[in-house]
Amino acid sequence: MQSHLRNFLPVLALAAFSAAPSAAQDEVHVFRGATVLPIASPAIESGVLVVRDGAIVEVGGPDVPTPPGAVEHDLTGRVLLPGLVDSHSHVGAASGGDGSSPLHPDVRALDSIDILSDGFWRARAGGITTVNVMPGSGHLMSGQTVYLKLRDRGRTVEDWLFCDDPLAGVCGGMKMANGTNSMRNPPFPGTRARSAALVRGLYHEARAWVERRLAEDEPPAGRDLRMEALAEVLAGDRIVQHHTHRHNDIATVLRLRDEFGFRVVLQHGTEAWKLADEIAAAGVPVSITFIDAPGGKEEALDWSLEIGAVLERAGVDVAFNTDDFITDSRLLLRGAALAVRNGMSRAAALRALTLVPARMLGLEDRVGSLEVGKDADFVVLSGDPLSVYTTVEQTWVEGRLIYDRSDPEHRRYAVGGHNVYRTTAAEEESLRRLLEGEAQ
Amino acid sequence: MSGHPIPQLRRVSLLVLWAALAGMFAPPAAAQVVVRAELLHTVSGEPLENAVVIAGADGTIEWVGPADEATLPAGVEVLEAAVVTPGLVDAHSVVGLSGALNSNVGAVRDQDQLDTSAPIQPELRAIDAYDATERLVEWVRLYGVTTLHTGHGPGALISGQTMIVKTRGRNVEEATLVPARMLAATLGNAVSSNFDSPGTSSKGVAMLRGALFRAQAYTARMRDAEADAAGGEPPAPDLTNEVLGRVLEGELSLLVTADRATDIAAALRLQREFGFDLVLDSAAESYLLLDEIRAAGVPVLAHPPMSRVRNGSFETAARLAEAGIPFAIQTGFEGYVPKTRVLLWEAAIAAANGLGPERALEAVTLGAARILGVDDRVGSIEVGKDADLVLFDGDPFEYTSHVCGVIIEAEVQSRECR
Repeated sequence: MQSHLRNFLPVLALAAFSAAPSAAQDEVHVFRGATVLPIASPAIESGVLVVRDGAIVEVGGPDVPTPPGAVEHDLTGRVLLPGLVDSHSHVGAASGGDGSSPLHPDVRALDSIDILSDGFWRARAGGITTVNVMPGSGHLMSGQTVYLKLRDRGRTVEDWLFCDDPLAGVCGGMKMANGTNSMRNPPFPGTRARSAALVRGLYHEARAWVERRLAEDEPPAGRDLRMEALAEVLAGDRIVQHHTHRHNDIATVLRLRDEFGFRVVLQHGTEAWKLADEIAAAGVPVSITFIDAPGGKEEALDWSLEIGAVLERAGVDVAFNTDDFITDSRLLLRGAALAVRNGMSRAAALRALTLVPARMLGLEDRVGSLEVGKDADFVVLSGDPLSVYTTVEQTWVEGRLIYDRSDPEHRRYAVGGHNVYRTTAAEEESLRRLLEGEAQ
Repeated sequence: MSGHPIPQLRRVSLLVLWAALAGMFAPPAAAQVVVRAELLHTVSGEPLENAVVIAGADGTIEWVGPADEATLPAGVEVLEAAVVTPGLVDAHSVVGLSGALNSNVGAVRDQDQLDTSAPIQPELRAIDAYDATERLVEWVRLYGVTTLHTGHGPGALISGQTMIVKTRGRNVEEATLVPARMLAATLGNAVSSNFDSPGTSSKGVAMLRGALFRAQAYTARMRDAEADAAGGEPPAPDLTNEVLGRVLEGELSLLVTADRATDIAAALRLQREFGFDLVLDSAAESYLLLDEIRAAGVPVLAHPPMSRVRNGSFETAARLAEAGIPFAIQTGFEGYVPKTRVLLWEAAIAAANGLGPERALEAVTLGAARILGVDDRVGSIEVGKDADLVLFDGDPFEYTSHVCGVIIEAEVQSRECR
């Protein structure tokens, strides 16, 4: 079905869009001496990581030799982790759909995101190398999210994409939401049941559209941007990133998934601890925004700091996200550490920052662990990843250093201060709405 | 620990020892709970290893000292912990007025920290709104806060009064430590989004100056009328002027939320003009005016490091400490998720960003108590002070440590590790 569908999308020549300027680097780098946490395999004391052309070519113990001509980096006493993957963020102030409709499958975050925003320095300073930037939760379907790699010297969003070509490929997920944020006056839903009915109507329309196209011999003359994006969702190529808090709203998401068969990630999942077994049985992962106290809105009253531990015990794949501005991209490690405080295993908590969110974005072949052939994205920490006293010393993307705390120009982003984070008008507006208590 | 109680403590031990030898041992009648710590941060003195705190039924600390010098009363619960600190003092919050539901519509309205019917309302009392049973009171207590300076929030030129509570009790009467402590004021353009006027920062300062001058005149007329029956008729009673008069007399401090350096400077200018007791709140850009703030002798309740305030810094507290400015760390006000911050975790970020754990602990205990003027009751572990204690299984600021017990005035509030 997947390959058939592709026939209906305009086939563009795969232009030289492999946009990564960093990939051009042919130097070999050897990182030696750190405690290496590859995530997909056991920790290595005095480990060695070898990087060539922006990719990992070897991971091992102290015996791994340095290839001739390689640049050696001494990381004795440090901890080396895969670059963190933030599966839910609003850095760069991407917009989604407008007030004309509650459903905007055709709207792309990549058309509005500002990748030169200072907000991305929070991510770099927090050790984040891959980020899913989402439009907001004020719509049932606010639009297409975008998966970004924080490559060195990016100038336009094309430089940071995972997909080869934004005109032909799937470059992100589909943001959906249920519960109170997306309920308001018509044409928006006024109730939860109406919310589900509107979404079901749209997916039935999309399913019929796909079946019609499959039955026809000739590809259609025109384009239907809404249906094409939903066809990608129905085919499992575009993952639904679903904002949801309350247990009954989570159950609604699982019901929609059963009906339409899409791949889905529960985003926030505040009350997921009440439905842990059902979520585990469905095989659906949960991306948690770890907050310090319950409340702020009715749907967040039953937030539990033990959510990570409860879901881990039930066998649910868990990630932590920043939902930046809700929490700070510089502190993504902190959410995992607080989950460990509340009973989650250290191993699951570290996976929850790396390999699990990579899978949630369908990017696990590229990022999320230190394995031969994967992108050389990693973080150098001063110590235990779960200690408050640990700092992110360096962040590397595809073999290039994108953040270095020893550089005063970079360090100021780690701590903040006067005009360090200049906010654009779009960011100012979303921050104002946030601080004045309007739902994001 | 401080030096002075030691001789007295020794006397107590000897007395109890004598009683035991005489076969008529009985615990000191008042002892209620004993806490044993591998490491005891008294805050008022050097940390003690292997120490004991004996809390009495009157709710105060009866004895503090090395475990090998302690005589433990019989029949009294002994709690043990790796680390024990004084109960945490949150220098400024809105918990108890600004509820978890964050709703100001429909049947449930739990946002009592700001009324927008007028921009200057000093007569609004915190005691008339504080809800001791609000779920966030319990939340902050579970993470070690035993004393809370709370009340009206930012967002109006003067939003109302603040108060100091212990995080316990079924109602405001049982919780209250100080019923009225400060007036909450805000300078800067944040006020303008809540009111038609002031529409600018300058207009806000002008309105505040006008109100303070009117209060001066009111107070003077009231005094004249009291001093001399011929001095004229006393003015008609006026709550606004009466409360502002108490600020001018120094009975209540003016807590000014000001984040931009411009607004901090305006607060210092108002203080010079009227001579009130000024406490700066949040003060994100205080690092730009360290000399001026120090010269004015004004304490700062620094913004929570993780708050999303513009131009905030993880290092604000460290910069204030280095400048020698009295400061404390607070949790402030949040308009959305999370509805309150956790003092311990905010102090942890400051500790890890230049302040260091010892100064961070002082900023959420004795340092805060001094600025609030309640250091005779709380903030350190000393004989005679309230037996407010927090038990930890490790470094209090470490993410993966746990709060394993909270005691307020010798009553154990919680004992599960979390």
